[in-house]
Amino acid sequence: MTRRLTGLLLIGVLLLVTVLLSIAVGSRTIPFGDVVSALGGTGSPDDVVTVREMRIPRTVLGLIAGAALGLAGALMQTLTRNPLADPGIFGVNHGAAAGVVLAITVFGVTSPAGYVWFAFAGAVLATLIAYGASAGRGGTNPARLALAGIAVQFALAGVNQALQLADRGALDQMRYWIVGSIANRETETLWRLAPFFAAGILLSLVLARNLNALALGDDTARALGAGVGATRVLALAAVTLLCGAATAACGPLAFIGLMVPHIVRAFTGPDQRWVLPFSMLLAPVVLLGADVIGRVVARPAELQVGIVMDVIGGIVFIAIVRARRVVHL
Amino acid sequence: MNAVPPRAFVVTTAMAVALLVMAAFTLTTGDFPVPLADVITAIVGDAPPAAEFVVGTLRLPRLLVAVLAGAGLGAAGAVMQSLSRNPLGSPDMIGFTTGAATGGIAAILLTAGGTLGTSLGAAAGGLCTALLILLLVGRRGLGGYRLVLVGVGISTVLMAVNGYLLTRAALGDAQRAVAWQVGNLSGRDWTHVTTVAVTLAVLLPLIMLFHRRMSMLELGDDTATALGVGVLATRIVPILASIGLIAAGIAMAGPIPFVALAAPHLARRLTRHPGPNVLPAAVTGALLTVVSDFAAQHALSVQLPVGIVTSVFGGVYLVSLLIVQRRSRRA
Repeated sequence: MTRRLTGLLLIGVLLLVTVLLSIAVGSRTIPFGDVVSALGGTGSPDDVVTVREMRIPRTVLGLIAGAALGLAGALMQTLTRNPLADPGIFGVNHGAAAGVVLAITVFGVTSPAGYVWFAFAGAVLATLIAYGASAGRGGTNPARLALAGIAVQFALAGVNQALQLADRGALDQMRYWIVGSIANRETETLWRLAPFFAAGILLSLVLARNLNALALGDDTARALGAGVGATRVLALAAVTLLCGAATAACGPLAFIGLMVPHIVRAFTGPDQRWVLPFSMLLAPVVLLGADVIGRVVARPAELQVGIVMDVIGGIVFIAIVRARRVVHL
Repeated sequence: MNAVPPRAFVVTTAMAVALLVMAAFTLTTGDFPVPLADVITAIVGDAPPAAEFVVGTLRLPRLLVAVLAGAGLGAAGAVMQSLSRNPLGSPDMIGFTTGAATGGIAAILLTAGGTLGTSLGAAAGGLCTALLILLLVGRRGLGGYRLVLVGVGISTVLMAVNGYLLTRAALGDAQRAVAWQVGNLSGRDWTHVTTVAVTLAVLLPLIMLFHRRMSMLELGDDTATALGVGVLATRIVPILASIGLIAAGIAMAGPIPFVALAAPHLARRLTRHPGPNVLPAAVTGALLTVVSDFAAQHALSVQLPVGIVTSVFGGVYLVSLLIVQRRSRRA
């Protein structure tokens, strides 16, 4: 119990610090005092615009998308009993990307707020295919899941590239979308997606108890009175809602959902009623932290958070694979 | 070498015949149809100038690059799958292809990319990735899923790098980089053909020298040692040779995905023969590439790069493989 409280306290402090950093630090240097006055609406107009219209929305998006991806990752790992499950590895990103390319080339959609729905649909479809191809009774084997993800990725990447080659304008928009970022995404997008985020978060928190039962095996879960089939379907629905919405809002962001639950379980143990909320709180820390890193390492330019996440996450992924014999969770 | 099993011989010959038929078909078909007789005279060197140009300059080099690069990929995939004792040990799965793409894209963007620069970049990128993966996986992990998982991790990182490079490029450069990255056979000329042909002519016989020893190695290191096989050399030489084959193929045709994975699978199913099946895999690889390129050129009203066809079919193939495997395990 004390371990969990310490963890909670630690995560709370970290969250506060990263939010402050995300508002105070950027590729354009503003002294902290000026940031505070800009927050209040006084100070030089440039600072006010930078802080209130760029950094705050960016931070809010990071918080929400991070929470969604962290939850989705934790859910996926439990659902598939697979320590390597992650939206990115599932091929969700390429699904969303295919949706966006189709929106641009075939339907002539030009604004990001417009292609949100296509990204969303693509993400949902890819999740279902990868899960369907890899799932067997009682969970999926880590390698099969990764393979199904790769297969979906290859097939979709082929389609994406074909469409981009045929349409120069699409390539120009896609190459910026495909590296996930939380900067300069329109606030309108976030509002449109808010109901999906809310539904996904609520659904997953409600499911925590049943997921605990499911972790004991299907038979035991049934004996404990948890609806096995219903829990699986609802959890998968929550995952698709969360990943779809996050990817639609930010573009592809891999590995957050993979790393965060691993760190969280060190504090909480396997109880989903703790793992899920903790993941939801820790993931924004990771996302915003990576975003802040991306803002400062390449000054005066910025490195998109998607790239920072991929590099850090890839290293962590390989470390996990190397550290233990990957077995069913 | 009198131990060539009859079934493997028949399968390989049948594939080769199919390849010839397909080749003849490819050379005659197109916006400017050339009758078969003219194709033959054009190759021999005494045809109407128009047919001479269409066949000798446009269609034949493209076809030959497809055949040779495909054969190289198939043979290399067979070697890798045999030596790693892993049906998924192919350059696509372990991030080799993505690494080569990173090198190629970097070369296109940094050096304003002539063909030579791109090829060297791709080969260097692929080699570095292969070495990194071998280091990370370690000697023991080669046979297991660890290889695939480490490869997945590396590919993801490299894909991010590729994406980043594209955002940094001018639009025209980005377009060329994407076009190359897909795996493309259009506009190949005779220099491409010679490069792949020379590599294949040197490295394929080298691999064949080790063919018997590789079959024995599949029985396990200890058994192979007892049978008098030098384990280390039997690993290293064919692996290096197949990396060379893949690098040459990627350099000349771009990273055509999945041929190196699928060709050995199909070959093994058809010959039903244990061992690396290098030659059947090479012929299958050539056939797959030629058929895919034909489909890419003629299936739709627009011409597609061959890599898109192999990528889509490869993805579908892998998904169905997983589903079939699951079914058979349940039963």
